[in-house]
Amino acid sequence: MRKLYHFNGGVHPPTHKAESTQLPIRHAGLPSRLVVPLHQHAGSTAKPTVRVGDRILKGQLFGMPEGSVSSAVHAPTSGTVEAIDMQVVAHPSGLPDLCVTLIPDGRDEWLPRTSTQYLATPPEELRLMLRLAGVVGLGGAVFPSDLKLRPGKHKVKTLVLNGAECEPYITCDDMLMRERADEIVRGAEMMRHMLEADEVLIGIEDNKPEAIAAMQKAVSENHFSKMEVIAVPTIYPGGGAKQLIRVLTGIEVAAGVRSLDLGVQCFNVATAYSAHRAIEHGEPLISRIVTVTGNVQHAQNFEVLIGTPVNELVALAGAKPGTNGHIMGGPMMGVPLPSSQVAVTKATNCIIESSLALFPPPPPELPCIRCTRCVEVCPAELQPQDLYWFAKAKNVGKAQEHHLFDCIECGACSYVCPSNIPLVQYYRFAKSEIWANEREKDAANIARERHEFHLLRIERDKQDKAEKLAQKERAALAAKAAAQAGKSADAASIDVLRAQVREIAHPDAGLTKE
Amino acid sequence: MLTALLVMSFIALVLGAVLGFSAIKFRVEGNPLVDKIDAILPQTQCGQCSFPGCKPYATAIAAGEADINRCPPGGEEGIRKLAELLGKDFVPFGEDTAATKPKSVAVIDENTCIGCTLCIQACPVDAISGAAKQMHTVIEAECTGCELCVPPCPVECIDMVVIRESITTWKFRHPATVNSSNNQPA
Repeated sequence: MRKLYHFNGGVHPPTHKAESTQLPIRHAGLPSRLVVPLHQHAGSTAKPTVRVGDRILKGQLFGMPEGSVSSAVHAPTSGTVEAIDMQVVAHPSGLPDLCVTLIPDGRDEWLPRTSTQYLATPPEELRLMLRLAGVVGLGGAVFPSDLKLRPGKHKVKTLVLNGAECEPYITCDDMLMRERADEIVRGAEMMRHMLEADEVLIGIEDNKPEAIAAMQKAVSENHFSKMEVIAVPTIYPGGGAKQLIRVLTGIEVAAGVRSLDLGVQCFNVATAYSAHRAIEHGEPLISRIVTVTGNVQHAQNFEVLIGTPVNELVALAGAKPGTNGHIMGGPMMGVPLPSSQVAVTKATNCIIESSLALFPPPPPELPCIRCTRCVEVCPAELQPQDLYWFAKAKNVGKAQEHHLFDCIECGACSYVCPSNIPLVQYYRFAKSEIWANEREKDAANIARERHEFHLLRIERDKQDKAEKLAQKERAALAAKAAAQAGKSADAASIDVLRAQVREIAHPDAGLTKE
Repeated sequence: MLTALLVMSFIALVLGAVLGFSAIKFRVEGNPLVDKIDAILPQTQCGQCSFPGCKPYATAIAAGEADINRCPPGGEEGIRKLAELLGKDFVPFGEDTAATKPKSVAVIDENTCIGCTLCIQACPVDAISGAAKQMHTVIEAECTGCELCVPPCPVECIDMVVIRESITTWKFRHPATVNSSNNQPA
């Protein structure tokens, strides 16, 4: 029996997971149109590679990764590109972003796919393959996986596979592990190979016995001796990467340190599955499992093509009256969607149809009484009441000094707050304020540099002009002097000539003088 | 008596030499206070403070020749930061100072532009590209929104356009200013 560790705090909210695990994963099929955002990953937006009116095959590239931190975006099915324009996307701002709209032709015709033998391929090539297949972290951060699979300066000892899925309502990883464990563990083995890690620890919360059994079976059937499935205690937020690493290995990942430098790397189970599809089957990341739950008739997990409009997906689960909003993610960390027309992205793990019965409006916010219950539950060991104090006063610099950026926004503090303060909203406000300040600072620095160069340029031009003028003047003077010199030279030669002439005319004059 | 005098003057000489040496060796170029003030100023180089750019204004503040409330693009936040740095009290904008405007960029109507290069010469950050009798255009990313290019234009083809929020510049609002029911589930 492996020794497990603990992290600070944590809460036990009602899980609501049974609702959506009654039915197997169902294919959501082809929607009427697919709206695929070109920025679904951490880093820079993919550069569009298609044109309006193009006929596209399933799996064809929509956007090339641009810059070092970026990922590719692909066509989820075959069809025609209807538009490449700004559309409202699944983002709390409700603002539009660049999307490719595809009208499916119903044939679902694949681009030719090739399978790769990962053991016979250099890891560098495998990473490039993942980048071009658009494989990103499906646990929520959507960070390009190829970058996380690059071994650092230190040897990677442990690869942690995250199947904890601690947030209430969400069951997409649970169902994926129950039904497709074999492909997950084979993907994990590929990742272990790329990182040259010694062991793979698969952490699954002990409220998912079916998933644990399925994963254990898959590991033993594949004879992966370096892989182990470990049941971890059910506690929110035990599925946070830092928290799971702590529980499984005892390693505490400090602020500003990458876990890779401590010899640990962590991936979601669905990411391992997608990596396997990409390498073994040559299929880019064009679909994912999404839990549809909350105020619906049959809560269920769907395999959904990226770009499927949320309302068409919810209709498959049977919309119920009384829905007053759509939450992307879970009730603790999720964000409200700006409309039901927005499309599913790689980050969409769950859609909760909210209603007044499920999520009654929160009671009014009361003043903080500094009871420090939030300190007791904070998994990042912060002082949430202080962070709240600074964020509320818009004193964001002070909040940053108190390690605001270690906050994982898990919402445990808001959950226990007896004054019903939406603490995480304050932290999100302070974080985005700090980011904006940094952007402004960068812009000001560039402007300062450009202005200084501008002044320098004007000064240099002035000097150049003065130099040229001086040169001209000098040249003029020199010419004058030369002309004068020339004149006197002429005069001298004339004198000589005259003398000669005189000599010839009066040859004895000189003699007489002598 | 004599020993004491000798010892004291020796110490004075040594210390003097050390001080003289460090005055040359560790000499600080420029006025560090000016740089600190300049770092707070928004670098629009717009001249609304009546100084020809941010650095001259910073120099004037450091010399005590200018008030700290003369920079509209910096906003009240800027005055607050300057007050904190200089240990002064916060002073609101004077009545003669222009109002703070939302951040904008200059946009040239390229059909109207006659290519006179006057705006290029006016731009303090070289953010306008073009040549004589050729169409000009503003490099949006470099434009500080100082409006200095607007008055010289003889055909009035430059507009200041307010920068709209995009998905990458969007900020979470302060919870006290939004209806809390539509931002946080549960």
